[in-house]
Amino acid sequence: MLKALVKLTLPALLVASGGLQANEDGSTLETVKEKGFLSCGVNTGLPGFASPDDKGKWSGMDVDVCRGVAAAVLGNADKVKYIPLTAKERFTALQSGEIDVLSRNTTWTLTRDASLGLNFAGVAYYDGQGFMVSKDLGVTSAKQLDGAAVCIQSGTTTELNLADYFRTNGMKYQPVVFDTSDGTAKGFDSGRCDVLTSDQSQLYALRLRLSKPDKAVVLPEVISKEPLGPLVRQGDDQWFNIVKWSLSAMINAEELKVTSANIDKMKSSTNPSIKRLLGIEGPKGKGMGLNDDWSYQVIKQVGNYGEIFENNVGEGSPLKIERGLNALWSDGGILYAPPFR
Amino acid sequence: MLLRLWRDPAWRAVFFQVLLIALVFLGGAWIVNNTLTNLESRGISTGFDFLSQTAGFGINQTLIEYDESFSFMHTFVVGLLNTLLVSSLGVLFATVLGFLMGVARLSSNWLLAKIAAVYIEIFRNIPLLLQIFFWYFAVLGVLPSPRQSISLFDSVFLNVRGVFFPAPVLDSGGMVAFWAFLAAVVIVGVIVLLNRRQRKNTGRPLPWIKTISLAVLLGLPTLSFWLTNGSLHWDFPALKGFNFRGGVGLLPELVALWFALTIYTAAFIAEVVRSGIESVSKGQKEAAAALGLRPGRVMNLVVIPQAMRVIIPPLTNQYLNLIKNSSLATAIGYPDLVNVFAGTTLNQTGQAIEVIAMTMAVYLTISLTVSLLMNMYNRWVALVER
Amino acid sequence: MQREMIEARKPPVLSVGFIGWCREKLFATPTNSLVTVAILYGLFSLIPSFIQWAFVDATWAGASSSECSSEGACWAFISSRLDQFIYGFYPQELSWRVDLFFIQLAAVLAWLMIPVLPGKKYSLAYGLIVMPVTSWIILAGGLLGLEPVDTHDWGGLMVTLVLAMYGMLASLPIGVLLALGRRSEMPVVKTFCTVYIELWRGVPLITVLFMASVMLPLFVPEEIVFDKLVRAMIGIVMFQSAYMAEVVRGGLQAIPKGQQEASDSLGMGYWQSMCLVVLPQAIRLVIPGIVNTFIALFKDTSLVLVIGLFDLLSIVQAGLNDPAWLGTSTEGYLFVGFVFWIFCFGMSRYSQSLENNRQEH
Repeated sequence: MLKALVKLTLPALLVASGGLQANEDGSTLETVKEKGFLSCGVNTGLPGFASPDDKGKWSGMDVDVCRGVAAAVLGNADKVKYIPLTAKERFTALQSGEIDVLSRNTTWTLTRDASLGLNFAGVAYYDGQGFMVSKDLGVTSAKQLDGAAVCIQSGTTTELNLADYFRTNGMKYQPVVFDTSDGTAKGFDSGRCDVLTSDQSQLYALRLRLSKPDKAVVLPEVISKEPLGPLVRQGDDQWFNIVKWSLSAMINAEELKVTSANIDKMKSSTNPSIKRLLGIEGPKGKGMGLNDDWSYQVIKQVGNYGEIFENNVGEGSPLKIERGLNALWSDGGILYAPPFR
Repeated sequence: MLLRLWRDPAWRAVFFQVLLIALVFLGGAWIVNNTLTNLESRGISTGFDFLSQTAGFGINQTLIEYDESFSFMHTFVVGLLNTLLVSSLGVLFATVLGFLMGVARLSSNWLLAKIAAVYIEIFRNIPLLLQIFFWYFAVLGVLPSPRQSISLFDSVFLNVRGVFFPAPVLDSGGMVAFWAFLAAVVIVGVIVLLNRRQRKNTGRPLPWIKTISLAVLLGLPTLSFWLTNGSLHWDFPALKGFNFRGGVGLLPELVALWFALTIYTAAFIAEVVRSGIESVSKGQKEAAAALGLRPGRVMNLVVIPQAMRVIIPPLTNQYLNLIKNSSLATAIGYPDLVNVFAGTTLNQTGQAIEVIAMTMAVYLTISLTVSLLMNMYNRWVALVER
Repeated sequence: MQREMIEARKPPVLSVGFIGWCREKLFATPTNSLVTVAILYGLFSLIPSFIQWAFVDATWAGASSSECSSEGACWAFISSRLDQFIYGFYPQELSWRVDLFFIQLAAVLAWLMIPVLPGKKYSLAYGLIVMPVTSWIILAGGLLGLEPVDTHDWGGLMVTLVLAMYGMLASLPIGVLLALGRRSEMPVVKTFCTVYIELWRGVPLITVLFMASVMLPLFVPEEIVFDKLVRAMIGIVMFQSAYMAEVVRGGLQAIPKGQQEASDSLGMGYWQSMCLVVLPQAIRLVIPGIVNTFIALFKDTSLVLVIGLFDLLSIVQAGLNDPAWLGTSTEGYLFVGFVFWIFCFGMSRYSQSLENNRQEH
């Protein structure tokens, strides 16, 4: 009769094991190389940062960071599996090993470094929290928002900054909480709230989702610092370095005016900095467990930081965000990557 | 020897039980060990210390005093109270609607019975979450903005931000009247009890019972109100700045959840009520009718009391389902326990295990308490049977 | 003298036929008449305008809500995205595999549900043991030269059916074991099963899903990674098996003790008497209850929306956020409601007919 028992439970077991993937013990790099693709956690849909088109092809700033890491590690920027995550799930997904990199407009904070067991591998976008209101209200400053209903996404630093800002300015507000950024846009559009607050970059993206985008304005105040960047698990320094330097390669490339279009010509450049950037001279990829042409692949397949910015959120995109803080340090911004030496 | 022991059912039972204990223990140990290793290797903090930390986020409906500077423990209480609020509203209205629909389903009026049947079949076969979305996004979400509110006599306002009613405000004299009213309720309760005893002993009710009760109920508060020279005024909601202030406001999230829970659960309660009424044998109704009771009294005095015994246990289940289903609040952002505590607090602290365990414990406690109370009631009802 | 029976007079015209029926069923008393008139008034004012909106003035095709008439329903939202609602993000050129899965499921269900078809035993065995395996192979691929399709690309109606099917197939056997355990004479087994059942029945599914999606990864060694869909399935099965156990227990209680004693006296062991004598009777008795549990499970699959899986409801909800389709939420929800309703109403009718059949025998 035990046979009957086995017969009954077997299908359930089979089902479960079908979804099981065994991770080989060892470094993230080995795992990624072995499975042949990079698992990258991204936003469920935020134009300019990570959003799928109707064919399921992903694009955006955050997506390009993933592509850069894939190009460095696997030599092919398309070998990425995108895993859309809500704000709630993102850290668990990385902690549990479901994803290798979390590139999901996530703010670098002390708590997240200290008590979540995660590491920020750099800043991919300097952002700050802002407000968007309907033009009809005639509001010109965030200081006039006393008593307003505010749409926010739950589980974000935004929620905490908002509370702080209203408290310090002695104003009251009504939070209206949504699970996704799409939800906040929908709530704002239907008039459920007067104000939509989020990172400024997101506000521009969300404005495109409104029925009448030109009826809304983004207020000038920026109430917080929001450095957004990719995260990895603690305890794997090699992987941490790979993600950090993939990002740095893109920024350095812009500084040295190396683009995806001119990179092959630049290979013959006599500038020693460019030679080091492209791995022709100086430090080799082996130290990080990568091929020597890793940085070449990143820039060739994904582009330098400037290109990524322009294509996804800048002039070449519907968002039309200015470089602002995200310009190179040499151009009046604060973008500054450690040198390839 | 071993084989002989194996063939002895008593020994085999012991063996299986020891095996199960060992398996459960080992499985538990394995999970705990994994969890601890995982938590440590990932540097996630543990323990309940986070409960006393400052929460730092706002909640848009709080039944107790709360602001951003309160602790995470307060968010737990705020969420719990909001869960209880929407659950009790839901239970109350679902019971009323469910009983009406259940009785209508058996009505002699063909049209009414069919309408009730259509209602039941439609609403219990559509997922609750979908119904919540429908009310929230498709019905309440398309209401006008506060400035174009739909208003009723300039005192009740309906807009996309919710429904706003005038609220009564009592001064000190008014408070006395309020207490007088409570006292009147107690007095009437005593009168009713006395009446019941009298009727049991002598078969006759006390004279003038209804008039006296009504007089006490209305007279006492009015008298004290007049004597203390109290005044009552109404706090009308008014558009000030961005939103309505004053009065009592119901969030659209609360209204959507309440409607959906009521309508969904009432469809199930109607079926429970119908089968309860059908369980009362036809002879009972005929006998009552032969005694000359009018149909309404047959229902109230003969059918319903007997049907209740059949209705109560499944009705309890429906109540419990409603309370558990109120956790779907999180999908539309009504600040219930799951949304506030297992949502925002979990996110801000990252301590999934502690938070989820506390949330589950709350629902488990509510479930077990309600079924305990209902079991007691059931026993009490059963005793009446001769 | 009257020798023949006086022929019965015809009943008055007003108490037979349509008029009589109306008088009896609609206008029996003044209150009744009032109710009837009120309902008729309500119906006449609602139904024509609904038909006007949903059919006459409706727009059936188009690329955005701006192409829809403002008077009527915008069914173009559904028609333009129907593929996505059924297949999710499943690669278009492979969607025949999903169709195959649908056909297999429909065939097995039809075989089981239509009473005249022979070989119920085989269809049951196929449905319980073979179908889960073949379905997974068909959908996930990776075997037999089928291109692997990641579960992240699954979505829409297909995910709803996958969750419902696996939830059902796994919770039934687990539920039976738990029910047997709860009626066991071994105190430890009994306590364990009772605690398990009451624990899951006492908490909302949403917290179970949260637990499965957030905590499950912490419970297993780092090397094991479940994907999101499987985690949701585990949560649903844990939850649903407790409900299933209670249904089966009801059936077990209804079987007279004599059955068990008779099989004991024939020298059957516990499992023999259970599997050959008691369970077959008990389960046959509670099939309507099992179908009802399944309806609840089917509706509950929509809750996976909160952990970010794209089932039918969730994918329609996501489509409603598309700026091109603003203002079509009523149409979207009506569509999803209709699909769920068809499935659930069909199943509840089936369970009722089973119950009626039994009462006739």
